[in-house]
Amino acid sequence: MKFNTGLTAGLLILGLVCTRHALAEQTILNVSYDPTRELYEEYNREFIRHWQEKTGEKITVRQSHGGSGKQARAVIDGIPADVVTLALAHDIDAISKQSGLIPADWQQHLPNNSSPYLSTIVLLVRKDNPKGIRDWDDLIKPGVAVITPNPKTSGGARWNYLAAWGFALKKYEGDEAKAQAFLTRLYRNVPILDSGARGSTINFIQRGIGDVLISWENEAFLALREYGQEKFEIIIPSISILAEPPVTIVDKNADKHGVRNIARAYLEHLYSKAGQEIAVRNFYRPSDPEIARKYAHQFPTVNLFTVNEVAGNWQLAQHIHFSDGGLFDKIYEYQ
Amino acid sequence: MTAIPLSQTSPAPHKVVTQESPQVRRILILLALSFLSLFLLLPLVAVFFEALRKGWEVYFVAITEPDALAAIRLTLIAAAIAIPLNLLFGIAAAWTIAKFEFRGKSILTSLIDLPFSVSPVVAGLIYVLIFGLQGWAGPWLREHDLSVIFAVPGIVLATIFVTVPFIARELIPLMQAQGSEEEEAAIILGASGWQTLWYVTLPNIKWGLLYGTILCNARAMGEFGAVSVVSGHIRGLTNTLSLHVEILYNEYNFVAAFAVASLLALLALVTLALKTLVEAKVAQQASRGNHS
Repeated sequence: MKFNTGLTAGLLILGLVCTRHALAEQTILNVSYDPTRELYEEYNREFIRHWQEKTGEKITVRQSHGGSGKQARAVIDGIPADVVTLALAHDIDAISKQSGLIPADWQQHLPNNSSPYLSTIVLLVRKDNPKGIRDWDDLIKPGVAVITPNPKTSGGARWNYLAAWGFALKKYEGDEAKAQAFLTRLYRNVPILDSGARGSTINFIQRGIGDVLISWENEAFLALREYGQEKFEIIIPSISILAEPPVTIVDKNADKHGVRNIARAYLEHLYSKAGQEIAVRNFYRPSDPEIARKYAHQFPTVNLFTVNEVAGNWQLAQHIHFSDGGLFDKIYEYQ
Repeated sequence: MTAIPLSQTSPAPHKVVTQESPQVRRILILLALSFLSLFLLLPLVAVFFEALRKGWEVYFVAITEPDALAAIRLTLIAAAIAIPLNLLFGIAAAWTIAKFEFRGKSILTSLIDLPFSVSPVVAGLIYVLIFGLQGWAGPWLREHDLSVIFAVPGIVLATIFVTVPFIARELIPLMQAQGSEEEEAAIILGASGWQTLWYVTLPNIKWGLLYGTILCNARAMGEFGAVSVVSGHIRGLTNTLSLHVEILYNEYNFVAAFAVASLLALLALVTLALKTLVEAKVAQQASRGNHS
């Protein structure tokens, strides 16, 4: 019995020590959203090499991925993130407001509104497009099963929703009641709401659920790369939304772990030529104009509108559409 | 095939009590068997099939890459802490409940069952509410540079929570059936409390205890929900085996996901084998107890 107690106590202490030890090393933790897994796997290798070349220090970059909203919640609840690379600005605002770990003006600290890469929302359908889907209109037709994640937990899902919202506003010339009816019919066609973008992609691709996936452009291209062009097709809608996934340092965590300089360099290097090339290789649109010109042929031309054009700003979008009792709740209630 | 030798060897072939025709019986047996193979055997086979789809080399790479090893290590650590604690608690709780009458006994019994009735996700959220940065103990922990959730201690706590009932629940009926006469005799003969425990109580319950421990271990290593909530999914740091399977699967890395899943499936098979063995021993002990 005594042995047991001693052993248990010892192991508990060991567990605590392990955690602290790991944090004491030169390690940074990047808490990111769902579809960036492949991007940061490649980028981390590049940055570790770059940092060692520059300073001679060997560092470790750890990753955590999940729905953007869920990940923001984890940072608020204390996951020791040194940098966050999330799907939309509002999730970082939420961290700033609810935990005070990030200053309110975080978006001014890095170029291009803190977004080193951009993306948009496209439609992915099965080969030969059996349901004849060409644009957002086709998603509300009866008998079309639409796959998109839950806007409450997923950043990508909120971009998806706002892209459809922007289309409906344009179609009905700004009539919000009609736009709401459009989205109600669209979400009535959604058989399953996953908590993150990647879960939805897997549902569509691997489990074969649904006729069309509303997806990040990068996620759709990645699916084509993983599964081959012979199984799926990307459909570019008539208009879509310009998505700006932001990155920032979690100041108080980075300072506490003594890794602010690494964390800052980590994010800044995303804007470098090497960082931008990696973003392109993982199907994100580069923010660097020169790189953007170089790879313009790889990205289809899409008529893009911004969040601010269709919803004012993220604060308002969150409040009107995604808060409890907001428009999305009303839309999904009708099911 | 097997039915014939069995009926031949049994000393007194008992009468068939059911009145249904052999055909109906055969169909029912076939239904049951196909159900079992469809829902239990097939998934198990599928796990190993998918895991080995690209050959043994890919399989071994998948289970020996650093993140997978870290997940294995964390799963073992969590189990190695949860099980001894549950052993202690399980024996103490079962002993108290089975051998004594006291006020609040039914409350204690329900408390032990609580983890069975609470959803594991809720269990995880409880720890987020207590130890999270916005929770009761969060700010204090941060000040003292300690982490509970999104770190190893949180995983261990969640594992302990979901495995609490296993050993106690196994021991309580066993100890109640055995009664307290032997302990009373030992004490009358002058044994101390510890002596009674070591030489009388523990030998009587050893197989039940082992059985409970095996089940407890299986749950500890396989737990997903509660651990998922407190983990934060930091690769190489707070990923257990079950969480690692999910991550690999979400990264289009299906072969690796199934390779790691096959480790859990192997664990389940070992558990099953041990359980059968121990069950036989328990039955033996019980029948010996009845004869004496």
